[in-house]
Amino acid sequence: MSAGRYETVIGLEIHVQLLTSTKLFCACPAEFGGEPNSRICPVCLGLPGALPAVNREAVKMAVLLGTALGCDVRSRSVFARKNYFYPDCPRNYQISMFDKPLCENGVVELDSDDAPVRIRIERVHLEDDSGKLIHESDGGSLVDFNRCGVPLAEIVTMPDLRTPAEARMLVKQLRQLVRYLGICDGNLEEGSMRCDVNVSLRNPGETELGTKTEIKNLNSFKAIESGLEAEIVRQAALLDAGKEIEQVTSLWDSQHRESVVMRSKEKAHDYRYFREPDLEDLVLDEGLLKKVESLMPELPRERRGRFVDQYGLSDYDSVVLTSEKEIADYFEEVARLSGDPRSSSNWIMREVMGELNNTGKDIRSFGVSPEGLSELIKEIASGRISATAGGEVFGEMVRSDVEPGDAIASLGLEQVSGEDEISEMVGTVLEAAPDEVRRYREGERKLLGYFVGQVMKMSGGRANPSKVNEILKERLH
Amino acid sequence: MHDLTSLTAIELLGLYERGETIPSKVLRACLDGIESKEAVVGAFLHVDAEGAMARASKLDAEGIGGRPLFGVPVAVKDNICTSTMPTTCASRILGSYRPPYDATVVRRLEDAGAVIVGKTNLDEFAMGSSTENSAFHTTRNPWDESRAPGGSSGGSAAAVAACMVPVALGSDTGGSIRQPASFCGVTGIKGTYGRVSRYGLIAFASSLDQIGPIARDVEDCALVMGVLSGEDPLDATSIAGDTEFWKDSSGGGIDGLRVGLPLENSKWEMDLDVRELFDQAVNAIIESGCTTGGARLPEMDKSIACYYIIANAEASSNLARYDGVRYGMRSDADTLTRMYEETRGEGFGAEVKRRILLGTYVLSSGYYDLYYSRALHAREEIKRDFRKIFEQYDAIILPTTPEPAFELGERLDDPLSMYMSDIFTTPASIAGLPAISVPVGVTVDGLPVGMQVIAAEGREDMVFRVAGTLQRSFGFNKRYYSLSDESGEGDR
Repeated sequence: MSAGRYETVIGLEIHVQLLTSTKLFCACPAEFGGEPNSRICPVCLGLPGALPAVNREAVKMAVLLGTALGCDVRSRSVFARKNYFYPDCPRNYQISMFDKPLCENGVVELDSDDAPVRIRIERVHLEDDSGKLIHESDGGSLVDFNRCGVPLAEIVTMPDLRTPAEARMLVKQLRQLVRYLGICDGNLEEGSMRCDVNVSLRNPGETELGTKTEIKNLNSFKAIESGLEAEIVRQAALLDAGKEIEQVTSLWDSQHRESVVMRSKEKAHDYRYFREPDLEDLVLDEGLLKKVESLMPELPRERRGRFVDQYGLSDYDSVVLTSEKEIADYFEEVARLSGDPRSSSNWIMREVMGELNNTGKDIRSFGVSPEGLSELIKEIASGRISATAGGEVFGEMVRSDVEPGDAIASLGLEQVSGEDEISEMVGTVLEAAPDEVRRYREGERKLLGYFVGQVMKMSGGRANPSKVNEILKERLH
Repeated sequence: MHDLTSLTAIELLGLYERGETIPSKVLRACLDGIESKEAVVGAFLHVDAEGAMARASKLDAEGIGGRPLFGVPVAVKDNICTSTMPTTCASRILGSYRPPYDATVVRRLEDAGAVIVGKTNLDEFAMGSSTENSAFHTTRNPWDESRAPGGSSGGSAAAVAACMVPVALGSDTGGSIRQPASFCGVTGIKGTYGRVSRYGLIAFASSLDQIGPIARDVEDCALVMGVLSGEDPLDATSIAGDTEFWKDSSGGGIDGLRVGLPLENSKWEMDLDVRELFDQAVNAIIESGCTTGGARLPEMDKSIACYYIIANAEASSNLARYDGVRYGMRSDADTLTRMYEETRGEGFGAEVKRRILLGTYVLSSGYYDLYYSRALHAREEIKRDFRKIFEQYDAIILPTTPEPAFELGERLDDPLSMYMSDIFTTPASIAGLPAISVPVGVTVDGLPVGMQVIAAEGREDMVFRVAGTLQRSFGFNKRYYSLSDESGEGDR
């Protein structure tokens, strides 16, 4: 892909579905799914006469998000109506925020390997979600209104991104952030995080923005990147041919890897925004702001720094371990219980995350508890089992949901450290290899490894290697 | 024995307390009255005789139990949701609609022991000043069946005026309680914006709509307002406040109060009889011992322009939900857009369409600043003008309408002249102030004339005190319509 000689300008709009228990303007459950139209009431259906009342929990979450993005929080924000006809929008207007949004003027720094990239956040505001259309094969359409009124926080960036990779990176980072904040599960595929991209090209050095196009509802990191790439190529080709870019809104067809135009500027909506007269100004009192402050967790960037300082981990390990809050929590618990952060990091990075990757499981439902893993680490440190045997024990713990002690016993992996027992095995090995013994004594010292290997084999891997070394050297002297 | 249908709610409560009658008996009298007069008046869109009778019989057995509206038959404007009766807004588009829930005011009425008799006619979606814009039938003014009852709560005002019920609920957006109350010779109040929950009131213009009672006198209005008022968690714009003392405020007299008289009075175009009665009302106020002075009111022309821009802008959005997708009427069509167009084209009447178009226009991106923002700005100026007045005065009085009830059909083809009948009522609506219309007399043609009392935000008590004084001075609440009724006008 290439923008050719042009500079690419990208801005994002990201909808974050907030994990409140009830909807934004009524008491219906906000939970995903359910029998179609089972979680609805006059308010979320916008029935004649029904009125919205704001869910303070959603406000708290949106403020938390805005604060984490370094935004200014407005003490008085205003809901507005965005008018448009669509069958899954029961009032035919969405209640959103327009000229006085909840949070404004934030900034995110991309976790880039190169020079830091600052992406300005224009705003974070609250709005309600619409329902879902189900198109049937016979051409009929049905509407499920369960999702109607589910609270969304919309993050709008300034056009500060320059490449599809940066866009992807930003969305990844935002997903990590909302998960840390505990306000969204960040699931793009299921639509709990939805990304629209705006892209335009211009000649390097120009400050004016070119005509932008919008691609809506990109539902994976891959789609964000490839959708943008395809659009950039398309725009560059048009510009190269001396043609104008038409301002359009499209959907990304990931199967055919092309964008499909939804509407052009001539048909662009005039949303006729105006203040929502059914709601008072949203005034944030001190209490709520204090509450938000107290709810603010340690964010990924700070936590990474702390892992390096406090546990002596490498930058790379800290990044991996803080990628998800639950994994970072898991690590800290194992480190605390085992007293060995370095080993804890190694075990989690290799075995635990490997296992999660292979099985597609989530750390929250992972069978090996921090207690279990820290026990295992301690068993290895104490020399009861070898590091190699540790891997087997871990496998057994994953498979059978057992304590490390029980796994060691059932697998018979307890390390053999007894002088007599090892001496006996060493004796047998040396007797069986008189030639090698002679060559060793003549100076072929590297044969020591061979003897160690033979003893380990005989012991089924259970012999304590340092003990074996020690006794071998003594006997071969 | 009393003619039960001509009593006020408070008089009925007295009878119940003394054990002189029971709710079912009163309801029977009301239902009989409806049956005999409805063919001429056409106040109702739906009468639930059976449901109301069941409720009244239950109340007979229960006894009064301290309930403030025990056994009082009430009619409800058909833009207020009732789960046991249809709610149509007098529109074809909601012709078959039955809400799955009750409006907060309906619950409050029932908790207070009221018996809801039926749903009254209105201008479609409360848009109009004559109740001729109903998709179903025209309501006639009980005082003169060739004349309009006013609107949009014409059905409610006519039902009370024709003694079909002692109390009815209306809704007021730019004068829709006060103007028909004035045309029909009854009393109606719109409280401070937010005083009565709008939950379940089918929206016309959300920032202006208020539910309020229409009744025979000021005391009944105060009683019902007390029941309806109060903060409602389901309506974010509803307000809290002490309403208990209202009940007694109308009898309080106005000795020592300061009442403002509009300085622009001489410039206003109004019917000579209305002017005459206004002068008499001013004299009555002065004789009652209050101080008066000139008050510069907000420019009426500005108020009405501002009102029609804001109300229609909000209406265009509020009425967008009637699209044929979920409930109400749906026209058959091949595509979604055609279905929207045909449903709305066939479902809405001319006045509603006119207002949706106007509202869409003033909100559209090219004209927003020219109209809508300027209207919002004017609204702030009007509020400020009123605040200034109420630094000096406790209340102001002015006629409710510039003229008495006009002929049916007279203004149907001239929407602007129809809009002008709201010229004196819109300022209080724009500013969200409490305002009442109380009848003071009749013109030479025998048509009732109402006077309007407006007070500062939250001061319904002042409205009741001044209106109570006018009521005592003119004694109009004891006069009844003459329409083909042998009892005629005069004392019972």
